[in-house]
Amino acid sequence: MDVRPNLNVSFAALADPTRRAILGRLALGEATVMELAEPFEMTQPAISQHLKVLEEAGLIVQRVDGTKRPRRLAKAGIEAMDQWLAMLRRALEKNYDRLDEVLAAMEPNRKGKR
Amino acid sequence: MTTMTKLTLKTEGDTHIVVTRHFAAPPEAVYRAHLDPKLIQKWMLGPEGWTMPVCENDARPGGKIRYEWKHAKGNGFYLTGEFLELKPYSKIVHVERMYLPDPTPDNHVETHFEPDGTGTLMTMRMTLPDPQTRAAMLATGMERGMEASYVRLESLI
Repeated sequence: MDVRPNLNVSFAALADPTRRAILGRLALGEATVMELAEPFEMTQPAISQHLKVLEEAGLIVQRVDGTKRPRRLAKAGIEAMDQWLAMLRRALEKNYDRLDEVLAAMEPNRKGKR
Repeated sequence: MTTMTKLTLKTEGDTHIVVTRHFAAPPEAVYRAHLDPKLIQKWMLGPEGWTMPVCENDARPGGKIRYEWKHAKGNGFYLTGEFLELKPYSKIVHVERMYLPDPTPDNHVETHFEPDGTGTLMTMRMTLPDPQTRAAMLATGMERGMEASYVRLESLI
């Protein structure tokens, strides 16, 4: 049986800002539904629904701890976070590459590169 | 030699994000490019497809900031903020928040410019109110092109 998370399902799960924020929170470490609901000002059922989508997408996993079901990032979730980071980093690099050009234009007499 | 221009991003403690970048130009020029709206509009744009039709700032302590981004597809978002401290040509301290459309918690940003060879080493230190905010900003910033203002980054080097 192929247990690899389906990529399309993963991307669909990531299309929602709340679910991305949940992953952002879980990047800090394991959290219960109550802990996850708090910063997002959402009801626990609403959060649970998002968690279900993330679980089905293979982005998070849960474990049993008494009556609690704390969630944490699955490997695919960690990779998704890494992809976001890479995108942010690229955007930032783009900004500063443009700034390099702006600066060069401000200094027409600048000496050539070493 | 261009390897020195490499960007670094890292988290510090629970609530900080630190970005460094070397520029070939002297601190005076880099400082100016961070404050002059005409110059900011040329570079603080994030991924392809975004423009900054509104770029207003009153560069003095207490002065207001308002930047608006727009995507070719029509969507957009904006940021407001205030300057706290300006020290030509070495330091800019301001707070900012994004409207997506609800305001994000204040991000306190300290940007330092120091001579580095014939160029400048820029160090930008952001402080978010709490770890959850830092994590949530990382995630929610994505689709909005919030990357444009080089915030919301997690550890990565």
